[in-house]
Amino acid sequence: MSTPRLIEQKFLDYKTSSGFWLYLMTDCVLFASLFATYAVLHAAIAGGPSASDIFELPMALTETIILLTSSFTCGLALLALRHNNLKQLIVWLGVTYILGVSFLTIELSEFGSLIQAGHSWQQSAFLSAFFTLVGTHGLHITVGLLWLLVIVGVLFKRGITPKVKRQLMLFGLFWHFLDLVWIFIFTVVYLMGVAA
Amino acid sequence: MARRDNDYQRTLINYVVGFLASLALTFCAYVLVSGHILGGITLLLVIGGLALVQMLVQLLFFLHMADESRPRFRLVSFGFMAMILVIVVAGSLWIMYHLNYNMMGMSPSQKDTYMTTQKDKGF
Repeated sequence: MSTPRLIEQKFLDYKTSSGFWLYLMTDCVLFASLFATYAVLHAAIAGGPSASDIFELPMALTETIILLTSSFTCGLALLALRHNNLKQLIVWLGVTYILGVSFLTIELSEFGSLIQAGHSWQQSAFLSAFFTLVGTHGLHITVGLLWLLVIVGVLFKRGITPKVKRQLMLFGLFWHFLDLVWIFIFTVVYLMGVAA
Repeated sequence: MARRDNDYQRTLINYVVGFLASLALTFCAYVLVSGHILGGITLLLVIGGLALVQMLVQLLFFLHMADESRPRFRLVSFGFMAMILVIVVAGSLWIMYHLNYNMMGMSPSQKDTYMTTQKDKGF
């Protein structure tokens, strides 16, 4: 099994994913600064609504479960990839994609109803910080979904190649990481916002 | 081939365990808040703790951080990121809290009244 070519491939995989991991760590620092901003400004409501006035926990819980499940199905897709099972791989990636789109839809509808009620990012520092933090996460999800579309397109065209394998591995890291960031958004913004 | 199947089984179990544990932890935190079981600072500490546990669960079972072989570059870079994160978040909160206190240009007694009302608001 361990032909020089395979070892070379493995080394390349490790190198690529380590570089991508470093990018994820810098992204964490970006989110850390947004979390810090939110934490500092969460009480600066300027006469507008506070966190407990506008957040609906059941909706945030639904979003959390959807994103968690999509992280799980993404893991299952990576497993299918390991077995070179193209059909299973595409099915799980499809499920991941649909869950990701539903997450984004719920988030955008939440943003929409907030803005319609007059609570846009212009109203208070709290709302600016909220829209920036949650919106940045939503932007990452959007980019991830576009990336996934491209990967599935390549899979349909060329099948499982070493290159697309590596892409999928990186996508898996990205998607799991976004789920992790959301756990903290759910806890800090929604749960603590309603609890306080 | 048998070794490969074993590996497959193990990874699958990892994902299922990680998924179920994450779901359980999320529900725990949700019920604690929506059911008004705890209150005040205890509640905040407990749900913060639950989020940290869930982070560990996902790092181990979804991102397989324990499986990395030496030298553990990922673990090292993660540790460094965590340090920066703590400095940025805790540092900002600390500084901004004291700025509010020190930069208001009020007499000490006015300041005390103001701070008490701020504290009641939870800031």
